[in-house]
Amino acid sequence: MNWLTMLMLLPLVGAGVVATLPKSNSAIARNAALATTIIVAGATIAMAIQFQRDNVDMQFTESYSWIPTFGIKYAVGVDAIALVLILLSVLLAPIVILAGWNEALGGRWSAKTFYILILVLETMMIGVFAATDVFLFYVFFEAMLVPVYFLIGGYGTGQRSAAAVKFLLYSLFGGLLMLVSIIALYVLSGEQGGHTFDTAALSHLKMSSMTQNLFFLGFFIAFAIKAPVWPFHTWLPDAAAAATPGTSVLLLGVLDKVGTFGMIRYCLTLFPDATKTFTPVILVLAVISIIYGAFLAIGQTDLKRLIAFTSISHFGFITMGIFAMTSQGHSGATLYMFNHGFSTAALFLVAGWMISRRGSSKIADFGGLQRVTPVMAWMFFFAGMSSLALPGLSSFVSEFLVLVGTYTRYPVAAVIGTLGIVMAALYILIPIQRALHGPVMPGNEALSDLNLREKIAIAPVVAVIVGLGFYPSPLLNVINPGAVHTISQAGYSDPLPQIDAKVGK
Amino acid sequence: MISNLPIYLIALPLFGSAVLLLGGRKTDRWGHIFATLMSAASFGVGAYLLTIMLSKSNSERAITQKLFEWISVGTFKVNAGLLLDQLSICFVLLITGVGTLIHIYSIAYMSHDHDRRRFFAYLNFFIAAMLLLVLGDSYLNLYVGWEGVGLASYLLIGFWNQKPTYATAAKKAFIANRVGDMGLSLAIMIAFATLGTVSFAGVKEHVGQASTGALTAIGIMLLVAATGKSAQFPLQAWLGDAMAGPTPVSALIHAATMVTAGVYLITRSNFIFDAAPTAQLAVAIIGAITLLFGAVIGMAKDDIKKALAASTMSQIGYMILGAGLGPAGYAFAIMHLLTHGFFKAGMFLGAGSVMHGMNDEVNMRRYGGLRKFMPITFATFGLGYLAIIGVPPFAGFYSKDKIIEVAFNTGGIKGITLGSAALLGAAITAFYMTRVVILTFAGAKRWDEKAHPHESPFLMWGPMVLLALGSVSSGFLFTHGDALRNWLAPVVEPVAVHEAEVLSPAIVSILALVLVAIGVGLAIVKYLLSDVPEVAPKDVTVFTRIARRDLLQDQFNEAVFMRPGQALTRGLLTADRSVIDGAVRAIARMAVGSGNILRTTQTGFVRSYAMWIVLGAIGLVAAIWMVTL
Amino acid sequence: MNAANYLYVSALLFTIGAIGVVVRRNAIVVFMCVELMLNAANLSFVTFARINGNLEGQVVAFFTMVVAACEVVVGLAIIVTIYRSRRSASVDDASLLKR
Repeated sequence: MNWLTMLMLLPLVGAGVVATLPKSNSAIARNAALATTIIVAGATIAMAIQFQRDNVDMQFTESYSWIPTFGIKYAVGVDAIALVLILLSVLLAPIVILAGWNEALGGRWSAKTFYILILVLETMMIGVFAATDVFLFYVFFEAMLVPVYFLIGGYGTGQRSAAAVKFLLYSLFGGLLMLVSIIALYVLSGEQGGHTFDTAALSHLKMSSMTQNLFFLGFFIAFAIKAPVWPFHTWLPDAAAAATPGTSVLLLGVLDKVGTFGMIRYCLTLFPDATKTFTPVILVLAVISIIYGAFLAIGQTDLKRLIAFTSISHFGFITMGIFAMTSQGHSGATLYMFNHGFSTAALFLVAGWMISRRGSSKIADFGGLQRVTPVMAWMFFFAGMSSLALPGLSSFVSEFLVLVGTYTRYPVAAVIGTLGIVMAALYILIPIQRALHGPVMPGNEALSDLNLREKIAIAPVVAVIVGLGFYPSPLLNVINPGAVHTISQAGYSDPLPQIDAKVGK
Repeated sequence: MISNLPIYLIALPLFGSAVLLLGGRKTDRWGHIFATLMSAASFGVGAYLLTIMLSKSNSERAITQKLFEWISVGTFKVNAGLLLDQLSICFVLLITGVGTLIHIYSIAYMSHDHDRRRFFAYLNFFIAAMLLLVLGDSYLNLYVGWEGVGLASYLLIGFWNQKPTYATAAKKAFIANRVGDMGLSLAIMIAFATLGTVSFAGVKEHVGQASTGALTAIGIMLLVAATGKSAQFPLQAWLGDAMAGPTPVSALIHAATMVTAGVYLITRSNFIFDAAPTAQLAVAIIGAITLLFGAVIGMAKDDIKKALAASTMSQIGYMILGAGLGPAGYAFAIMHLLTHGFFKAGMFLGAGSVMHGMNDEVNMRRYGGLRKFMPITFATFGLGYLAIIGVPPFAGFYSKDKIIEVAFNTGGIKGITLGSAALLGAAITAFYMTRVVILTFAGAKRWDEKAHPHESPFLMWGPMVLLALGSVSSGFLFTHGDALRNWLAPVVEPVAVHEAEVLSPAIVSILALVLVAIGVGLAIVKYLLSDVPEVAPKDVTVFTRIARRDLLQDQFNEAVFMRPGQALTRGLLTADRSVIDGAVRAIARMAVGSGNILRTTQTGFVRSYAMWIVLGAIGLVAAIWMVTL
Repeated sequence: MNAANYLYVSALLFTIGAIGVVVRRNAIVVFMCVELMLNAANLSFVTFARINGNLEGQVVAFFTMVVAACEVVVGLAIIVTIYRSRRSASVDDASLLKR
């Protein structure tokens, strides 16, 4: 059974169905879209169950010739990391539709268009993680920008057009650098026994260190912009502030993960030597991201921008874990990508409900919500605790793994990264105090608490965050073999504990 | 079978908390009783486990329970496992015992609060988290409980967070605790990088192979963690503000249990500190500094709860000092911790009882002569008072004198310095505690006509009486035949031979008693024999003024951390907008600008375009012609 | 008769056409001048075909005619539309794209 192709086609079919529905009735388009995403989620889970977790090769592979002249193939397959990220994407999609029930109304275009865009985006999210042909990956990587561009520019708030253009151009710029590297790789592969875009085949190419470094940079800058890593981050706060909460969830929760996913899949496996060369620089960037994102989050007055900056800090952790090159750091980073998706979803969705009720995203406009809307306040508090990695919630496991994995090889980076733990408390507790505590601010007295639909939307998010906090094994056991494999491919192995290292000598 | 029981200690109160939080207002009517029952049931399980442990030989008493594999990546393996040994059972009984009494007390104390159910949910959650802290079998499990109690403390300090100052106090506590947590997580990282394991058993097993440098680093980081949680210097500033929480919370969390977690951590890690003398010395020094620091603040406070909070800080200083004295001191640190749990919780409940009768007035200068109106409160508070200043045969006498004695016996300048600090602390303790008792219960009435002081209901004084009994008897019970030392021996491995005695126990006791008498005497002269003004006098020495402002701890933190941090945040905000995003926008502007320049060549006149085409063609032909020539 | 004379005529016609395009304002006249240039080129092609004795130049000339016919269709349509909307056939007035 061609699982991955089916998963990609399902949302497209859904989009086609939505396209045939009448424009006037937005509810029916929404229901069709929701049903489609739920079916896709179910199908993905059915596929994930069949995943052999001890097998580090690509699974569910399919390969068809697409443009034979250039040896381009439609080749898909998943390893553990891709599987986890695909799961994340398809699980978030229905939650986003359910949570942002009325997001599609009041945009430039009809609600129908909104849901078509979401469904098309879902196809591309699956495709970008599943592609095993570099060219196919590139196509998805760039094509993803289109629906997001329209989702931000068409349905957002505030400076939506400017933010959408900034997002598009910034991402395109990185993508073009990557394209140069991809074409160069293709040419090089032709000199060494046959043109190909196949990732596995490209990883065996012989390159001089200079070439490798340049190619690496082409890929890395594209992914660093996507992730985003400091100093390529400025598009994110603008985009997240302008986009609807649901779009922001997909943007920060899934799309940005393409950057960190790409670092693992392409930077590490295609250019192991260049990775070694650049690791110190990247770790510095990652640590700066952690601290810098935290500082800027503390200084924000706008709820959405604040969440965007917390994500920059979190992406610093993920990047640090990836380039620490230890199994703990790597598994932690992958788990972090999944957990961050849910914890950001929780934050953004609840913040979105708060903002739409209050009609303002300024933190100063809230106050005393705990006494007015207890359930919503609790959910925001919970999301905040998840974001500051409270032990017992899922993000703690991943954050701690990243830190402990980094410490065994790069103690200084880990120690500075640990400062992020304290700063997380600041950037979460400050908005919590301003928005939820204190006397009820004027204008907040009549806010309504979460309704049943919103509670249903947030419940699975809460369940995942708590469940994986106490019992992360189901995911960790899937991730671990892949992480170990990636590291050994890049020529690393876990550092021994000091006492054993001494005995060894 | 027995090894399946420890989880119920945690599960029962956690279940209670979940039912109350998820059940919402529907559980308002019976929630407080349910929570109390859950806490009591947990105590029941603990007591049953104690009887089982007592029936075994001392070396076989530890019970381990592996629940499931929590995190396992490469060599980093952490089980969700529990370890109930001689050390943790002490804490289990203290937490659930005192916890249950405080639950009962709170039923009456919080009876008028609209959100009483939420309060009990938090209390139950705290009990569960604190039990996890003392029962976890690895540093990472401890860490979960460690942050869990931090969260419970945050929620309870901010229980009345509609008042902005209370919300700020809660936030401050959480952040100070997080600084400490950073230390704990670094300690775990170093432990893993050095020893390849983070479980207590594993670390203990491999500790001999590790370098002293690494162990010192772990020890110092654990100390940082302890200073955050136990309000020790230099992370002590949050404890005074934490008194914003309801008084039962102050009694349970900020006196008896949570703040002593640092002492637990250091005692639990005794194998690390014993192998890292520098870290151990640092522990003792921090303890000595804090015990004086807290005592000095205690002398200047007029708010009864803040005075008691300062006293807590000081008493925990004693415990940390005891734990920093090595194998000789661990048992006494734990003993002082347990006795302190009784008498300080009792006194806090007494303070709550006073506030209950005085319209929530906390200023002791507005009390006076209350012993006639609140005889039971006075009696229980008085017994606690006698225990804390160390009058024989009350509990504090046994535990505190032992710490002072051990301090002296470490020998050399170190012993004399630490011992003297502890002795001086005892004198100051006697002074400020006498001051509290006199200002509250003796002297003339200084309260409003509106206040109608009355004795609290049975649900409140019942727990106070039980805690007072503990303050009277526990010291004797623990030291009788060295009961507690022998009990803890398998965990902390005390040195078999006593080190050379610098001062004999008798001399220490006499010295301490003399100093205590001086402290009490001074307080009597100053507060009982002379009039106490209702408003704190302004014309006081600089020293008093600084002590009233908590020895400038907040000013220091603001000047050194907060303001530079805020300045840095503002600077980075500007830099992000103008430099980094500025560069991005500059590139965009360059593109637009070059387009604008080139645009001027597009005049819009077709004929000029045609002209250019013609000229271009002519130029091209000319060029080709020239080249071919 | 010397074939070169045809080329001179062609060059003359092309120059007249080019000057007309640059100088005249009326869109129709400009258009006719463009046609003149095309036909001048055609004349050259045919002449060259004659000189070289093969048919290729003539083929290109037919090709040019087809293109010119297409151009006339589109171009006249545009001119008529512009005239309808602006009541003027001056090419200087049609500078919408500049803004």
